[in-house]
Amino acid sequence: MSTDPGIWLAAILTLCIFSFLYKDNPFYKFVEHLSVGVSAGYWLVIIIRQSLKQTFLDPLIQGQWQLVPGKLGIFLLIFPAFMGILLFTRFSNKWAYIARYPIAMLWGIGVGASIPLSLQNYIIRQLQATMVPITFNSWEDVGSLFIAIGVITGLVYFYFSKEHKGAFGGAAKVGIWILMIGFGSTFGFTVMARVSLLIGRVIFLMKDWLGIIS
Amino acid sequence: MGIFEKIIKLDRRIIFLVIFLSVIFPLIFKVNIPINITPEVRNVYNLIENLPEGSVIVVPCEYAPDTMAELEPMLYAVLRHCWEKNLRVVACGFYVTGVTLIEQEIKYMAKQMNKKYGKDYIFLGYRPYPAAVINSMGEDFRQSFPTDYYGTPLDSLPMMRGVKNFNDTKLVLTINATSGVDYWVLFGHERYGFPLAIGVTAVMAADYYHYLNSGQIVGIIGGLKGAAEYESLVHHKGLATMGMSIQSFVHLVIVLFIIIGNIAYFVIRKRKGINR
Amino acid sequence: MKRELPIAITFICAFILTLQYFIPHRSFEIMYEISNIWIQIIGVFAMILGIISLIMLHWEKIKHKKENWGFSIVTLASLVGMSLVGLIASENSPVFEWLYNFILAPISATMFALLAFFIASAAYRAFRARTVVATILLLAAVIVMLGRVPIGSLISFGIFPKMAEILVNYPNVAAKRAIFMGVGLGAAATALKVMLGIERSYMGSD
Repeated sequence: MSTDPGIWLAAILTLCIFSFLYKDNPFYKFVEHLSVGVSAGYWLVIIIRQSLKQTFLDPLIQGQWQLVPGKLGIFLLIFPAFMGILLFTRFSNKWAYIARYPIAMLWGIGVGASIPLSLQNYIIRQLQATMVPITFNSWEDVGSLFIAIGVITGLVYFYFSKEHKGAFGGAAKVGIWILMIGFGSTFGFTVMARVSLLIGRVIFLMKDWLGIIS
Repeated sequence: MGIFEKIIKLDRRIIFLVIFLSVIFPLIFKVNIPINITPEVRNVYNLIENLPEGSVIVVPCEYAPDTMAELEPMLYAVLRHCWEKNLRVVACGFYVTGVTLIEQEIKYMAKQMNKKYGKDYIFLGYRPYPAAVINSMGEDFRQSFPTDYYGTPLDSLPMMRGVKNFNDTKLVLTINATSGVDYWVLFGHERYGFPLAIGVTAVMAADYYHYLNSGQIVGIIGGLKGAAEYESLVHHKGLATMGMSIQSFVHLVIVLFIIIGNIAYFVIRKRKGINR
Repeated sequence: MKRELPIAITFICAFILTLQYFIPHRSFEIMYEISNIWIQIIGVFAMILGIISLIMLHWEKIKHKKENWGFSIVTLASLVGMSLVGLIASENSPVFEWLYNFILAPISATMFALLAFFIASAAYRAFRARTVVATILLLAAVIVMLGRVPIGSLISFGIFPKMAEILVNYPNVAAKRAIFMGVGLGAAATALKVMLGIERSYMGSD
């Protein structure tokens, strides 16, 4: 059994959380709130020391921004910080609307940078990968045909502007079967992921804390 | 209440207890089952295996302690392979609560493999908004990361001499528990065209096979199973391989639960049909 | 000014950033590079805003002695403690790393590990072969569950892994591709609506 107080603390916190499996209780609630506080504190430290300091404060103190030299660079560096500070006007009822300016900027930049790439990645590249020549020379070709049929019927299922009847309804039915296989696969993988996380904690308790296994 | 009604209404705490015991049982009575290697993991391995010595590989890690059980063994196996091949690793972390964890893991592995900071690997640290960081890294790593995690300017690190952006690297392998994978495909691979491989949690893996099919990524290491496969490929069995026998046992138990639940459901349904 | 200016800012930023993909001129490249850093700097302030909101929420709970206000003291004390250690010492200090390794890491790891129990319970209760569609879902899940672990190969002489591989690489790819194409079209349409000022929900209400 471990003699490290840190391991003991971690083990006790682990057991407090597992106690929720029996029913909700004050030990679990305590650890839950502790988790929120510690995480937020950690966030604050990392974003200030690892991000704000290096991308903003350091170049500002040095009086030179690598990207744009000279006084213009310093202005262009201070500007986003000024916009960032405007976010805090949300705490005032009177001035809260000013916070919309930096938010609008974030949205604008995000949207502008993503429109062409989203279309390319989610639509064009996926269409290209679906529209492949099928020669029936290998099993992969059969698979490609299956994918093409699956994508078309899947899209038909999501098309609600026409009633799902007749041939269209049949295609939609095949589409939902394909989608169900996709969701089933995801569920299988999800079970796997969650069990892996449990294994990690049990190994910690049995190996690092209790020392039962090597 | 008959036996089947009791089965249907089984207290969930009994299920919890059985799951807990089914994790402990194979852990104590160790069982080794051979692990089959999937093509998507072998692709990643082969790509790294065939890189020339001294090549730079970018390993962005976007996970925190909540998913470390799956991704830590994966990172260890990948780093072991990279350093056995004498590749140089540029690591970074875009998941705020995981930065310390990743820094410790890389340091630990470097110590195991006798690798020197600044010469064989560097850790860039954290920046928010992965999409923007990927974009700026595509132009020059120094735009978002003028200094590394420890505050050392990148230009003063020997391994970063001549390494400006993704053009000077051979592969990006993101070990990821977030939607950041999409950013790496969207803003990274699509814009800058570098080869991209992903190591993700099992829960995410199923969502990325269409990128594999479209050739946008070269391989997927999915969850603890993927990590165990990689451990087998690098001939160094660790926590992931150990976890596989437990995983097998728990999956069998869950499938058994599903079968029992369905038998009870059909028996009750049949009885109700007869009663009617 | 309250709505028009934000709409104009969104449009100008989005238009320039979209345009730069099609105009490979150095001036547009620089604008793109600057915008990437701007997002990161504004983003830091947005995160700090979130933390201040959290502090205010718990402070209000303590001030008005709302239900479970005692736990809010735990949250605030741990937040202040953790940030003071990190800001005064550093993110590499042994105390900060100790708090991370033995408090933050085990708690968040265990929180997610709890889900294993709930997903097992959910599988037992909800996975019923009631209809054809439900049966397909169930079978796909079971095949993947058994096919992705080593024992699946042993009990089926390699059939389950092969079936899982086929399911994941073909029907799963088709399903996910159909979904992602829908997502892509939806995202592009919404992005255009934001850019043109039709979608304004991000501004909140007056």
